[in-house]
Amino acid sequence: MSDLEVLTTRVTEALGDSVIEHAEACGNLVLRVRLESWRSVAETARKELGCNYLSFISGIDWMPAPTVGLIEGDTSTPAQPKEMTFGAAGSAGRFQVFAHVQSTSQHIGFTIKADLDEAAPHCESWVSVYPGADWHERECWEMYGVVFDGHPSLRHLYLPWEFEGHPLRKDFPLLAREVKPWPGLTDVEPMPGSESDEDSKDEAGEA
Amino acid sequence: MSTTEQPSVPTNSGPDFNPGPDFKDIPAFEVDPGLQRHLADARVNVELDTGDMIINLGPQHPATHGTLRLVVRLDGERVIAADPVIGYMHRGYEKLTEFRTYPQVTTLINRIDWLSSFANEVPFVHAAEQLMEIEAPPRAQYIRTALTELSRIATFLLFLGEMGLQVGALTPAFYGFRDREHVLNLIESATGGRFHPNFNRIGGLKDDLPWGWIAETRNVMKIVLDACDVFEDLVLGNEIFQARTRSVGIIPGELGASYGVSGSNLRASGVDWDLRRDGAPYLAYPELDFEVFTHPDGDSFARYWVRLQETRESARMVLQLLDKMPAGPIMAKVARIIKVPAGEAWVETENPLGQMGYYVVSKGGTGPFRVKIRSASFSNVSILPWMLRGVYVPDVVTILASLYFILGDIDR
Repeated sequence: MSDLEVLTTRVTEALGDSVIEHAEACGNLVLRVRLESWRSVAETARKELGCNYLSFISGIDWMPAPTVGLIEGDTSTPAQPKEMTFGAAGSAGRFQVFAHVQSTSQHIGFTIKADLDEAAPHCESWVSVYPGADWHERECWEMYGVVFDGHPSLRHLYLPWEFEGHPLRKDFPLLAREVKPWPGLTDVEPMPGSESDEDSKDEAGEA
Repeated sequence: MSTTEQPSVPTNSGPDFNPGPDFKDIPAFEVDPGLQRHLADARVNVELDTGDMIINLGPQHPATHGTLRLVVRLDGERVIAADPVIGYMHRGYEKLTEFRTYPQVTTLINRIDWLSSFANEVPFVHAAEQLMEIEAPPRAQYIRTALTELSRIATFLLFLGEMGLQVGALTPAFYGFRDREHVLNLIESATGGRFHPNFNRIGGLKDDLPWGWIAETRNVMKIVLDACDVFEDLVLGNEIFQARTRSVGIIPGELGASYGVSGSNLRASGVDWDLRRDGAPYLAYPELDFEVFTHPDGDSFARYWVRLQETRESARMVLQLLDKMPAGPIMAKVARIIKVPAGEAWVETENPLGQMGYYVVSKGGTGPFRVKIRSASFSNVSILPWMLRGVYVPDVVTILASLYFILGDIDR
């Protein structure tokens, strides 16, 4: 059994019913847990599995971005899928909260995800388990609008206090891109004497 | 005057109290009643109610390396509570990555921790390579490792000099900047950029090393090792420096870990954890022979000591890398337009400031769907409200300097 399989068995046994699904993503264990056990999972991870180190807590919005790729002919904008698909260990809806915890002594670590309600995303705070969750949850709250129940002071971290909206949601437009497509085809002029199409074909072959 | 006769020396106490000829004619002065009350309080050692004062430290204070603002509530010289206010440097990189292709993202993430930009690129490029299931050739891995260690040396040399400056010693700063210049010249000659190399490509590197670089690097590593000895004598052995840093800003190891404090800051608290040795194998680190330093104290002095040892160890690692440097290509076979298949990858590396990680979510296509940037300074600084409780104002500067953060790395 590989190290990852040993870890998977150990973690899923310790967490028991809380785990909905688990998957492996590029050598990293990803678990999807029930939302109601979000905090108890952290307690188990810290006390029983020895994951004393909190790497990060953040959110993810699986909705396809409506604003990307609108400008015709702008190939520099990355192409994004039009339908909603989910990543490792799946998801029930649009929003997820995910975190990575590690152990400094056993040198293990895994990612935990939980599905959130789309209309009013909220979950329990981890501050009482990992004190470092404070800033991460404040960031996640202002960027995604995820309310962390039990957080001591959920206020803006990066943005000014009067800021409205949640910038990392996919339906929040990046205004700079809407005003001026950059770096678009418009501001790249071909070099004198070059035939850019042929060049790119040649170099793609040899790389 | 005979030699046996003692001159009359004025004394301040005893039966022979003699105020001396100059003090005889001083008129008695009226003492302000307010001052008298204070003096009476001081005589019986009563704590005076001075009232709290709220002051802003920053956002332009030199000790904050940029634009960190600390709202500090003071009782006299003592800090009761401190609230770091960040976001003056927030550039929204996590949003911007969603609008860029993979090669464009490496240009962005150069600017996260601007002192060790090369080290920032490595985990992101590594994550994209893992998703594409390609691997850079061995020579590229070795050059990446060497440049990562060089940026670590450059970052730490600045710290070793600047930390002295923050506690009042001006000289080490000049040595630090001078010796860092040699290392920056090496990075510039290899990559073309002193601070923002943008040298990594998905699948390898932009260029091979220039002619004569290896010999020059050997020379510079000698300079670096000498500089470490100088800092050890000049700063670590200095009595004033020790008085200013010992037992100032102690981070207990277990608490630091739960705050996400990483890198040298955590190792200075006695936690023996280095991703180069303990994490998933990356770059050429598994083939290197190196030591991980820890210090049991967890104070500012320990953080300086650990960084000094790590600078030395990095110089030794660079020398090992130069000895073992394999020949061969520097790019793997990669299509000109990079398309990354759908999937998720979490790559963490040991950067000069601590654990740097990227959680890259790809849905296929030329750009990432979501990139969570886990930067070291963000978590390192989040422990500040706990650390600054009850310390004196001059120690705030020592603590800020010894934590060693970069604002771009906090705000992203």
